[in-house]
Amino acid sequence: MTERIEKVANIARLELTDKEKSTLEKDLDNILDSFKKLEKIDTDNTEPTFQPIEVKNIMREDTIEKSLKQKDALTNAKETEDGYFKGPKAI
Amino acid sequence: MQYSKMSVSDFITESKKGNIDTKDFYSKFFEETEKIQKKYNHFVTISKKDAEKQIDTLDKKTKLQGLPISIKDNICTKGIQSTAGSKILKGYIPPFDATAISRGKQEGSIIIGKTVQDEFGFGTFSTYSAYGIPKNPIDTTRSCGGSSGGAGGFTKAIDMPHIAIGESTGGSISCPASFCGVVGLTPTYGRVSRYGLIDYANSLDKIGPMAKTVKDTALMLSIISGNDPLDQTSIQTKTEDFTRYTGKDIKGMKIGIPKEYFNNIDNDVEKKVRTAITKLEDLGADIVDISLPTTEYAIPAYYIIATVEASTNLAKYCGMRYGAQDDPKGHFTEYFSTTRGKYLGEEAKRRIILGTYARMAGYRDQYYLKALKVRTKIIEDFKKAFNKVDVLAAPTMPMVAPKFSDIEKLTPVEIYAMDNLTVGPNLAGIPMISVPCGTSQKMPVGLHLLGNHLQEGKIIQVADAFERQ
Repeated sequence: MTERIEKVANIARLELTDKEKSTLEKDLDNILDSFKKLEKIDTDNTEPTFQPIEVKNIMREDTIEKSLKQKDALTNAKETEDGYFKGPKAI
Repeated sequence: MQYSKMSVSDFITESKKGNIDTKDFYSKFFEETEKIQKKYNHFVTISKKDAEKQIDTLDKKTKLQGLPISIKDNICTKGIQSTAGSKILKGYIPPFDATAISRGKQEGSIIIGKTVQDEFGFGTFSTYSAYGIPKNPIDTTRSCGGSSGGAGGFTKAIDMPHIAIGESTGGSISCPASFCGVVGLTPTYGRVSRYGLIDYANSLDKIGPMAKTVKDTALMLSIISGNDPLDQTSIQTKTEDFTRYTGKDIKGMKIGIPKEYFNNIDNDVEKKVRTAITKLEDLGADIVDISLPTTEYAIPAYYIIATVEASTNLAKYCGMRYGAQDDPKGHFTEYFSTTRGKYLGEEAKRRIILGTYARMAGYRDQYYLKALKVRTKIIEDFKKAFNKVDVLAAPTMPMVAPKFSDIEKLTPVEIYAMDNLTVGPNLAGIPMISVPCGTSQKMPVGLHLLGNHLQEGKIIQVADAFERQ
């Protein structure tokens, strides 16, 4: 009965134990059930609000500015190579 | 010099006169902080060594004169571990400062440590922290509130000048301020730059100050606010001196009382808040009844929007580049899933699942888009109210700080419901301030004052007048 959670967890790249799966399955049902309330409010002619304050695109000159040094950007990484982050196999 | 009971303004005044020996002050300050930490666990990190370096280079021409500042752990501090309360960021030492931090440093604030919080801000009681649970200094069997719990608790416990920097997504400044009996100011969305904040939900996150007095929060907001080119959502406003709104009367100000904000709240909490409203009336304010009919929809709308945004934000934590990193064996999908499963906590997993589900093909319109439309309705409700009144007044939380033994019994749905009074204003991005207004069961009660967008001045004015009465 945890197929739904497995599908979502797979999309989210999240490994879960069997116990977590069954708890989350139950939680998701209860939470979604409590969200059903939203069906009561009419929003047919309402636009969605992505940002609470109007945000305009702000352009800047495309010039090189001082930024973090490569060495500093890599200080937290355990695995690096030739100044790059090194990760697991992708193909 | 006697430092206990010293206010922030006295510290600044005395320091300007040259009466404060900064080194002596800090040796006492850290002694106190260590004692508090042992008793209540308000910090993930106490950054004494870093503070000593800052003291050595302190510029005494600055506004804050070396005032101690604690920082919520989800705000990046150069050279000091910043985990956002999560194991997946254990050991992460930012190579840069958040804008709010660098602005504070320019004005002579000294970082003393990083405060405990719910993992990534996911919680109402700070019980979802990977670095121990902060205890309420008034009663250690009770919660400090969340998610800025360490910030609220330490602000209450320390008997020396100090201001905390917290952060709110759905009420994480107001809630701990109310539970610990301190002042918490959540600014308008975009008033303080989010650059360097470890995101929870981008369209909701706001950095703001917590302190013992309204004036102290106003002072700190003046320093950390203002447009920042590094944050595209930062509002195009100039910095402002918010302390000029303190020390004023509130005669003729219109204060609205939203009737829906008094549903399902503890009887004694309601009584204390009603008494506070009567005091506002005695101070000359006009009290007006207001209705915010969309109030009941705020919880589901908030939890959908916040978890959808959180589930995408947390995608970057995969055991590479920073924080927890294991041996990157096998295929990347497997490595990322295993690492995330291993280091993310219970509530983070729950919110990732919920948020991912609510934006999946087939459910996106039903949940995410619907919630965003409801958010529009909630904002319209507030805008209509602010056409009639200057400020809204309500309880901050529906009850006093609960006992840990009672929190354990709550289901996720019941915990989410506790945020009923704070998520609406947070969805709308309006400014709010929580001020103590008496006690119930010996625990503090919070009065919540809400203002229209960019009207921090008005809520500071009312909160300060109330505090002085």
